[in-house]
Amino acid sequence: MLLSELKEGETGVIVRVGGNGALRRRILEMGIVKGTKIYVDKYAPLKDPLELIVKNYHISLRVEEAAQIMVEKLQQQD
Amino acid sequence: MSEKKVITIALAGNPNSGKTTIFNNITGTRQKVGNWPGVTVEKKEGLIQKFGYDLKIVDLPGTYSLTPYSIEEIVARDFVLEESPDVIIDIIDASNLERSLYLATQLREIDSKVLFALNMADIAISHETKIDSEKLSNLLDVPVVFTVGNKNEGMDDLLKEAIKLAESSPDKRENRNVKYSRDIENAISKIQDLIEEKAKDKINYKSRWTAIKLLEDDKIVKERFVEKAGAAGEEILEETGVLRKALLNSFDEDPEIVMTDDRYGFIAGIIKEVQTTTIKKRVDVSRNIDLVLTNRFIGFPIFIFFIWAMFQLTFTLGAYPMDWIESGVSLISSYAGSIVPESLFKDLLINGIIGGVGSVIVFLPNILILFFCIALFEDTGYMARAAFIMDKIMHLIGLHGKSFIPMLMGFGCNVPAIMATRTLESEKDRILTILITPFMSCSAKLPVYIVLAGTFFAAKAGNVIFSLYLLGILLSIISGRLFRSTLLKGIDAPFVMELPPYRVPMLRSLMIHMWDRSKMFLRRMGGVILVGSVIVWALSAFPRNVEYSADYSSEIDRANESFNIKIAAADEKDKELLKNERIAAIAEIEKAMNAEKTEKSYMGRIGKGISPVFEPLGIDWRGSVSLLTGFFAKEIVVSTLGVLYSTEGPDDKDALKNALRSSGMTPLSALSMMVFVLLYLPCFATIAMIRKETASFKWTAFSIIYSTTIAWIAAFCVFQGGKLLGFQ
Repeated sequence: MLLSELKEGETGVIVRVGGNGALRRRILEMGIVKGTKIYVDKYAPLKDPLELIVKNYHISLRVEEAAQIMVEKLQQQD
Repeated sequence: MSEKKVITIALAGNPNSGKTTIFNNITGTRQKVGNWPGVTVEKKEGLIQKFGYDLKIVDLPGTYSLTPYSIEEIVARDFVLEESPDVIIDIIDASNLERSLYLATQLREIDSKVLFALNMADIAISHETKIDSEKLSNLLDVPVVFTVGNKNEGMDDLLKEAIKLAESSPDKRENRNVKYSRDIENAISKIQDLIEEKAKDKINYKSRWTAIKLLEDDKIVKERFVEKAGAAGEEILEETGVLRKALLNSFDEDPEIVMTDDRYGFIAGIIKEVQTTTIKKRVDVSRNIDLVLTNRFIGFPIFIFFIWAMFQLTFTLGAYPMDWIESGVSLISSYAGSIVPESLFKDLLINGIIGGVGSVIVFLPNILILFFCIALFEDTGYMARAAFIMDKIMHLIGLHGKSFIPMLMGFGCNVPAIMATRTLESEKDRILTILITPFMSCSAKLPVYIVLAGTFFAAKAGNVIFSLYLLGILLSIISGRLFRSTLLKGIDAPFVMELPPYRVPMLRSLMIHMWDRSKMFLRRMGGVILVGSVIVWALSAFPRNVEYSADYSSEIDRANESFNIKIAAADEKDKELLKNERIAAIAEIEKAMNAEKTEKSYMGRIGKGISPVFEPLGIDWRGSVSLLTGFFAKEIVVSTLGVLYSTEGPDDKDALKNALRSSGMTPLSALSMMVFVLLYLPCFATIAMIRKETASFKWTAFSIIYSTTIAWIAAFCVFQGGKLLGFQ
C-alpha cells in the first residue's frame, strides 16, 4: 500500500520509493530507504502534509510525496 | 616578518545539528556575514586566534547531503572542492547519528581531512543513547570529539584536534570508505582506471571520487570534467554512459539510487557497532508541545496568535523607538540647519542626505524586533511547525509553507518582509516570494488610502480600503501561480522538511542573529540608499532658478507693505490681529510659490511629461507627480498632493480633501489612483532590498516593471470599466 494510505499511529516498512528526479533522491538521502520502518505520527490540521518518524527523527512530507512511497503495513505490536 | 599561516576550518553538518551554535561559540562576535558569490545563500565566517594559530572558520550551509540538488549543497560542495579547506569539521547530531552519517560518508569520499564533532544538541537525549566514539573513530578513521553546543563544552578540544589534523600529513584512507555493491564497484574502478590513464593530470579532483560522481550522473562534475579533460573527457563520459545503462539493466534502478541505498547500508553496519541504545520515540516534552501547537483544532488559532503577536511587537512596540529616531533625525537636521550657512549644500545635507537616510533608518526598530521574533521561531523549532500547518494553503500558490511569514510581514513593511525571505531554503521560492510580497499593501500606503477614500467614499471608506487589501492578496496569488508555471517553472521544492525537537533558544544566538540582520540593513544606509536619496533630492530641488509665472517675492513685499501701512494706521488692539493676517497672507503666497517650484522641478517636469500615461487612468498631472515622489516612500504621495494642491500640508486633511474635491477628481478616479498606489513599483528602500536579496539586477528590474505594468492595467480597468458601467 501507499505511505499516504497509512493512518495516524500506524507503522509501515518501506518497500519502494517511487517518483523521479530531485524529489526521489532527496527522500532517499533523508534515510527513507527500502527496509526502513516508518511511523505516521500525525497529519497537519488541513490533512496535508503529514509528519513521520523515521530513523528516530521527525520529518514531514506532502501527501502527494508520500503517495510515491510504497510500504507494507506492520501490525501494531504494543 | 613571516606571515603566520591561516588554517581554514569549514563547518559542515545537517540543518538543526547545532552547527550555528558551535559556530557562534567559536567565533563569538567576530563574525562576518555576507553572501556566497553569485547566490543569495548566506555565508558566515569568523577569524580567530587560538593556540598560537590564526583560524578562519567558515560556516557552510546546513545540508543533508552533497548531491548538488539545492543551491546550498552546491555552495557547500564547491567550497570543499575548490577552496580545499585545511580541515572540515562535520557536526553530527548525536541523537540523529544514522542520518548525519550520510553527509559524513560523502565528505569522507571527497577525501579531505574530516573531523567529527559528536554534538549533543539535546541534553535529554544524550542520557538515553550511548555512542562508542572510539569505535566510530576507528571504523571511519576519523577523529571524533564530543561537544555540547548549548553548554559551550568541548570547543577547545575540537579546535585543538582540528589544528592537529591540519598539521598532519595527508594519508590515504580510502579503505575506510563506503563499499558499494560489487557491480557498482567494478564500474567505479573501470572509470577510475580510464581517468588515471587519460585525464589524470587534467583534473584536480581525486579519481575515485570523480568516477563515483560520473557514475552518479552528477551534472556539475560532468560539465567540469569535460571542460578540463576535453576530448578524453567526452570519451570517458561515453564509456560511463554504457556502464550506467548496463547497471540500470541489472538493478532495474538508476545507479545513483542503488548507491544511496548502499551508503545507508554501510551506515547501518556502523550504527549496529557503535550505538548501543536507541531512543524509541522522541523525548516526551517535545511531543507534548507538538500535541498542542500542531493540534487539529487549536493549532491554527495558536499560529495566528503568534503571528499577531509578532506583528504587534514589530509595528506597535517598534513605533516608540521609531518616534525617537524620527525626533533624533529632526534634531540632527535642525542642529545642522543652525550651524551650516544657507547654501545649496545645506539643502542637500538636510533635505537630501539627512532627510532621505532618516526616512529609511526609522525602519531599524522594526527590523530588530522582527528578526528577534523570527530567530525565536527558528531557534525554538516553531518555524518548521508554522510551515507544517501553513503548507497546504501556500502550496496553492506553488510556494512553501515558510513563505507565509515574509508575505504577512509585507502588510507592515516590505523592507523587513523581503529580508525575511532568507528563511526560505529554495532560491526559486525566495525569488517568487520576493516578487509577490510587494502586492501586500504595506502600512505606508494606508495614509494615501485614508485621504483618498476618506474624501470620496466617506462612510464606505472602510470597505473600499479593505477591498484594496483583498485585491493585493488576490493579485499576489494570481502572480504567484503565473510565475510558478512560467518564469520560475521547474520542480516545486519538495516539502521534505525535518521537524526538529523543540529547544530552549539561547539568548546569545538570538542576539547575534538580530544584530547580523541589522548590520546588513545599516550597511545599506551608507551605500545605495544614500546615493538614491541624493538623486531624488536633486530631482526635486533642481533647477534652482525657477522662472515663476508670478513675481512671488515682490508679491510678498507688496503684501508686507500693505499690511505695514494697515498696521501703522490701526488701533493698538487690532495690530496683533493684522500681524497674524500678514503671516497668513505671506504663507499663502509662499505655498503658491512652493507648488509652482515643485511643478517646475525636474521631478515635476517628469511627472508632467509622463502625465499622458496616467490620463487613461483618470489621474491628472498632480497625481502623476505625487505618484512619482511616492517612489521615495509611499506616504510621501500624500504630502506631495498637499504641496501641489497648496494646502497647509499633509496634517491638514480637511483642506486637502476640499482641494481634491474641487480639483475635478471623482470617486472613480480616486479609486483608480488607489489601485495604482497599491500595486505600482515598490518604494526605493524596498527596491534596494530586492536588489540585495535577489542578487540580480534582472529580477529587480523585472519586479519594478511587472508591478508597475500590473498597476497600470488594473487602474485602467477600474477607471475605464467604471466609466462604461456609468460610475463617476
